Amino acid sequence: MKRTTWATILFMLALAILPPVFMWTGNAFYVDLATRLVILAIAAVSLNLILGFGGMVSFGHAAYIGIGAYAVGIPVYYETYGGADAIASYGGAFHILVAVGVSALFALLTGAICLRTKGVYFIMITMAFGQMIYYLFISIEEYGADDGLVIDTRSELPLVSLDDPLQLYAIAYVALVIAMLMVRTIVNSRFGMVLQGARGNNERLVTLGYNTYLYRLTAYVISGAMCGFAGALLGNFTTFISPDMMGWSRSGELMFMVILGGSATMLGPVLGSAVFILMEEILSSITIYWHLPFGLMLMGVVLFARGGLMGLIKGKGDK
Amino acid sequence: MPPAKSAKITGNIHLDYTLLFIQMLNGVQLGLLLFLVASGLTLVFGILDFVNLAHGSIYMIGAFIGASLTFITGNFLLAVLIALPITGLVGFLIERLVARTLYTRNHLDHVLGTFGLILVLDTSAHLIWGPEGIAVPLPAWLDGRVELFEGVVVPTFRLLIIGTGLAVAAGLYWLVNFTKLGMLIRAGASNRTMVSALGIDISTLFALVFALGAMLAGLAGMLISPITEASISMGGEIIITAFVVIIVGGIGSMKGAFIAAIVIGLIDTLGRSFLDDMFQLFMSPQAAETSAPAVSAMLIYIIMAVILAFRPQGLFPPKVR
Amino acid sequence: MSALLKISNLCKSFGGVTATDNVNLEVEPGELHAIIGPNGAGKTTLISQLSGALPPDSGKITFKGMDITNRPAHARARLGITRSFQITSLVMDMSVLDNVALAVQARQGHSFRFLKPARSIRALRDEALDMLGRVGLEARAEQPTVALSHGEHRQMEIAIALATGADLMLLDEPMAGLGPQESVAMIEFLKGLKGERTILLIEHDMDAVFALADRITVLVYGRIIATGNPDEIRGNDDVRHAYLGEE
Repeated sequence: MKRTTWATILFMLALAILPPVFMWTGNAFYVDLATRLVILAIAAVSLNLILGFGGMVSFGHAAYIGIGAYAVGIPVYYETYGGADAIASYGGAFHILVAVGVSALFALLTGAICLRTKGVYFIMITMAFGQMIYYLFISIEEYGADDGLVIDTRSELPLVSLDDPLQLYAIAYVALVIAMLMVRTIVNSRFGMVLQGARGNNERLVTLGYNTYLYRLTAYVISGAMCGFAGALLGNFTTFISPDMMGWSRSGELMFMVILGGSATMLGPVLGSAVFILMEEILSSITIYWHLPFGLMLMGVVLFARGGLMGLIKGKGDK
Repeated sequence: MPPAKSAKITGNIHLDYTLLFIQMLNGVQLGLLLFLVASGLTLVFGILDFVNLAHGSIYMIGAFIGASLTFITGNFLLAVLIALPITGLVGFLIERLVARTLYTRNHLDHVLGTFGLILVLDTSAHLIWGPEGIAVPLPAWLDGRVELFEGVVVPTFRLLIIGTGLAVAAGLYWLVNFTKLGMLIRAGASNRTMVSALGIDISTLFALVFALGAMLAGLAGMLISPITEASISMGGEIIITAFVVIIVGGIGSMKGAFIAAIVIGLIDTLGRSFLDDMFQLFMSPQAAETSAPAVSAMLIYIIMAVILAFRPQGLFPPKVR
Repeated sequence: MSALLKISNLCKSFGGVTATDNVNLEVEPGELHAIIGPNGAGKTTLISQLSGALPPDSGKITFKGMDITNRPAHARARLGITRSFQITSLVMDMSVLDNVALAVQARQGHSFRFLKPARSIRALRDEALDMLGRVGLEARAEQPTVALSHGEHRQMEIAIALATGADLMLLDEPMAGLGPQESVAMIEFLKGLKGERTILLIEHDMDAVFALADRITVLVYGRIIATGNPDEIRGNDDVRHAYLGEE
């Protein structure tokens, strides 16, 4: 087996084993850290589908995290305080359905416009659409505007309770594994070959008879829906949501996780999220000015570490 | 003072012409500030093919340098004159230390590299000037109000911003259309070899263009700080709108940036003031009151989406590319 | 017999420059039709209008009796038109086999399939390998495309054009940049294709054109000055004067 395959299996095993160990040894804090890591890793994996494999540099992916989180927060808010009976609910299945459905719809509508553009236009227009959702929630007083919204009750699911940190982690972990397998299946399929072909040479694929726009839009919608699901999990984890979760700098962080770990690889986005969150945690415990070394680190990665961490693991001889 | 003139447009809605005029003036002012930031972005992109997310941070740093110098010199205008070359120098250093190593990379690397740079610049500003914003005092003669005509009173300083913005726009028009530098700008970044063949030191040219863009952004920051105060978050707030401006205008086009900036400044300002009243024409006051803020917050993005759906290259795509 | 491709009164100009000037041309099924002309004659512009990469200003393009003038490029490809590029256009970061397999996949016409791994589908792989075999690149199938030489890239372009199963192949200077030996091999290969596929060939290499073509059309400043078999073209005074540079 390739070294990258081994690394993926080992790392995912570690993620499965470590949090329960932390829990039983009384280090609940680390379980929280691992939960945030795993949820953001799902978002990064979803972004990797379009950014890494599809070559679509989306700078507005945090919008889907926000949509997913508010898809939990708003029904819970109405169920708790009354009003809007049609969508008031504590039901987890309903929350996830709304999170995934609305994210997919938003991806379809904005993607249809964004994908008509190329290159730097695409980067900027995806960022602008992300900001559109950000300002939308900032301006809705009902949902707390920029102060955000407290989720009084977590989504209710059969068999499991999201109030239990370890059960929440288990759900998130399983979701991450499923997301990774989904992306792997998609990119290896005939659809995925077209997607990657269009990344390398769109004109060639069009000449072959592929309507690459439709392939890209489909991938864009899948990615948005997957990220919306991550957002629903994140809302359940933090129980407090605010427009800040979907600002453009959050989108930038997601992009960074993908690149840091290694885009267009299976483990890359997960590894990138892990390093990103650990660095954030360590640096911010040392100094309030932690953004300075953090920013320098980001710049260093862009300038010197091509191919990300997976590039290092892969080594020189192993293709 | 006589009551403001108003005209009936429906049974119960009054359009206040005085308010409309003042808000239009505010819209033009916002548009010109946006143009100052966007012109630097579009200049750097047009010539260097470089996406600089940290351009908003340069705007912020310009505001802080201007604020500090205002307190040192005691004179706002003098402070601006000294702060401009210093901001230009900051831009020059950023070009030498960071940007130039990224020119040969793809746009994704530009975005991520300058994203890291934002964190560095914003935290540096935090270290130097502290977490709080700094209010910038104006000299008495600028701090007053002028009655433009009967019933229309506007702050003197806003007129200064508009005047400065128009003067800079005229200056850039001259620069782009009638100078050697402008010829190179119009030739476009895709023609690097041609530019080199003309015997121009391309490395110096790039650094100068970058510094010029930084000065324009810094000027915008200095001009807005007496109204809003200089604060660390101001860069992140304006950069996205500036990006919307250059997308709508056509990336790399100075003319497009100017027209789009004014249009977006007007739409944003007027939307925030009048959308509520306009919505009341066809919905209940309560519904209008809840939906108007949400729609006006998204208005410029909706307009951008509509324009790009029909013209994916923006309104004035540069010819050479 | 009706023409496979019929071009009527096609015009295209850029700014003030006329690149295609009222072009009328018919390509018969099975023939190898060459278009020659000096640099800037508008040959590539013409190909681009046929493949759908450029919209014509006016005129009509008919393929298999259907008006395709306003159809997008991917729709024309599905009807059976494929092109190779003058400047090599391949997916450089994929393997040689994947490049050709994408072409086979395009012809089979069902690529909105998300589950089965494409590389494990025998029908795709075998046919792609078969096409690579025809151009002599079978041994390099698993290599990344970027690792191959220029000559091999030209061969790949042909393998891809074959794999699409297109009835009409638009070949834009397949000989460009090839060494003398490679050129001879390419001419032999195209000779073997004659009759199997209809080919519209743009080529600067006159030896190749006169060795291969059934009919030749001469394009100068976007306008057709002559069409005929190789002997007729050799003997045409206009062609000598305008193109071969003889006074």
